[in-house]
Amino acid sequence: MKAIVAMSGGVDSSVAAALMVEAGHDVIGITLKQWEDADGSLPTAGCCTVGDAEDARRVAAQLDIPYYVLDYVDEFRAAVVEPFGRGYLSGQTPNPCVECNRTVRFKALLERTADLGGDVLVTGHYARVRWHPAGYRLERGIDPAKDQSYVLYMLTQAELGRIRLPVGELTKPEVRAHARRLGLRTAGKPDSQEICFVGKGNYRNFLAEHFPETARPGPIVDAAGNRIGTHEGTAGFTIGQRRGLGIAVQEPRFVVDIDAPTATVVVGDRDDLLVGGCSLINTSFVAGRPPRDGGLQVKVRYRSSPVAAQLTRQGDGWVVRFDEPQRAVAPGQAAVLYDGDAVVGGGTIESVIR
Amino acid sequence: MLYLDHAATTPLRPSAWAALESFRHTFGNPSGVHEISRSAKNALEAARERAAGLLGAARSDEIVFTAGGTEADNLAVAGAALAGGSPGDVVVSAVEHKAVLESAAFIGRLGGRVDIVPVDGRGLIDPGAVADAVGPDTAVVSTMLANNETGALQSVGAIVEAVREKNSATLVHTDAVQAFISEPVDVVALGVDLLSLAAHKFGGPKGVGLLYVRDGVRLEPVLHGGSQERGRRAGTHNPMGVAGMVAAMEETVADRTSFRARVGGYRDTFERLLAAAVPEAEVNGPPDRRLVQHAHLGFPGRSSETLLIRFDQAGLAAAAGSACQSGAVEVSHVLAAMGFDEAAAAAAIRFSFGWTTQPGDAELAVKIVTGVLEDLA
Repeated sequence: MKAIVAMSGGVDSSVAAALMVEAGHDVIGITLKQWEDADGSLPTAGCCTVGDAEDARRVAAQLDIPYYVLDYVDEFRAAVVEPFGRGYLSGQTPNPCVECNRTVRFKALLERTADLGGDVLVTGHYARVRWHPAGYRLERGIDPAKDQSYVLYMLTQAELGRIRLPVGELTKPEVRAHARRLGLRTAGKPDSQEICFVGKGNYRNFLAEHFPETARPGPIVDAAGNRIGTHEGTAGFTIGQRRGLGIAVQEPRFVVDIDAPTATVVVGDRDDLLVGGCSLINTSFVAGRPPRDGGLQVKVRYRSSPVAAQLTRQGDGWVVRFDEPQRAVAPGQAAVLYDGDAVVGGGTIESVIR
Repeated sequence: MLYLDHAATTPLRPSAWAALESFRHTFGNPSGVHEISRSAKNALEAARERAAGLLGAARSDEIVFTAGGTEADNLAVAGAALAGGSPGDVVVSAVEHKAVLESAAFIGRLGGRVDIVPVDGRGLIDPGAVADAVGPDTAVVSTMLANNETGALQSVGAIVEAVREKNSATLVHTDAVQAFISEPVDVVALGVDLLSLAAHKFGGPKGVGLLYVRDGVRLEPVLHGGSQERGRRAGTHNPMGVAGMVAAMEETVADRTSFRARVGGYRDTFERLLAAAVPEAEVNGPPDRRLVQHAHLGFPGRSSETLLIRFDQAGLAAAAGSACQSGAVEVSHVLAAMGFDEAAAAAAIRFSFGWTTQPGDAELAVKIVTGVLEDLA
């Protein structure tokens, strides 16, 4: 089998490539050039840097596999960065990693895998693809602390059949240990935490630089509509945010709503964050069809725990109702549906239901 | 691996290998007084005389050795523009190598005026348009002898004449890096003031080149340090590299007529067979005015990035555009200047033949290319 491994220059995709080589496959390493500085060169700080591509290239050389860099700058900008800016402009909290997986990695790149001579596309995600008689299942990675199934919810049967996620079978310490055993230069490289194109800088600075129209000042109001402060732009806020509101109050105050058309940020107390559910757009199901039983667990943020919820159809779309009210549900984030360890599907949170 | 990327770099010629090996014990720094130093200095100056002779230069001190073509271009463009103290104006063509374009941009940042002369759809520079861009403060004009991508041959002699007529004080530089292996290069016949070569493009080692500087031309150095090369290029000399380069120059000049017939024949065979097998493929650049070893072809609707990867997998080394630091294929500024849209520019591949190309290689290349295209279809 010929495998195309998407190598970011980090330890996870390095080990993914190594595992495919050890399994006896014919492996080609690639790095997507997704973002560039104004002069067309790779960034020197943050993620997707010259250094990352160089790490990937060196690991590929250690593994003795061919390695190429593919230019996806235009696709990435159109499908990920522009929607990221537009999302913040409309008061949402976008998840660019989900959009990248949806439109770039597991669409444009997957469609090109055969053209590149590959049978399967391999990434370093912590999630598992399992073949069951009823079809492919997408499951959480073995390591609960590293599980990345959340950002892969949009994968469907046709895609799952053409991808391999070998590190999902390992824990992060096992991945690092494997990299050390092989002497891979990325073995001790820190995990990337930030949004790749934003880098180590603050995403608000990124928005101010690339989407200056997000810097539209407006009022901060309380739940009753009283003006209690001003802000420099709604893009500086996300639902549930407590710090950096720039208002002097005794009680903890949280962002509970962002109204983009009027550039208004609404703050309230902890309980004002509670919502009963949310409606979804861009909904998809791993099995290709909705589950028979609407009783599921849902994750509304990458770093939140799954909670019990009911999925119901509403018109053309879908609605998730939490069994217990939930805090900090932000439109633009993904709501991902689980049945135990298996991803059922998910969608983008369009609006909350109070 | 069938290597058809000789325009990127070509293997060392046997004479260059021999010259490098002859330096096993000649390790001296030419800037010294003792015997060890003297033997290195003698070898260096003998090589300089041979290089001058091969280029038709009147004096050996018109040859400045550099660490490659990029440095030679920088010294020519920036050195000439800065020779008068304050930055002079620069005129370059739109299809110059980045070493020239970025040197011009550097002068622009220092306050000099930079004019970039466009090319036609074949990539050819109009000498009249160059002269039109020359003004009273133009310090230097830089136009290449042959383009490194399409192989388009420019009328440097006519450009020199047109520039001289407009402003006799303006210096003319030509980057002959890509042309030297297959085109006659005589500095007097061309009439240029400055001319760059890079050894590795004609079978010498990498990291060594030269700049011809006509006697009397003043340049501001771009490297600062010792007074080597008569103060024009600081840094310890590289006698071994220079000897390798000059040996390769001699072999190149001796082989050139044969190279043109032999390698040009392989290129023509390749294009003829490919045109029959892949009729939609188009030759980019001027078909009758280009380097004999270049085949720059457009494959409409294809991605050169994908094609290069598939060719590599199939054992054929070719190139597209110019590689950036990450290795991704960037849309070429040369094709953009020729009016190619992004899709057409992204569908272009350069096959470049060289002195090690063998009979049968062209046929094998066509077989690989057509095989990949069929597989992708």
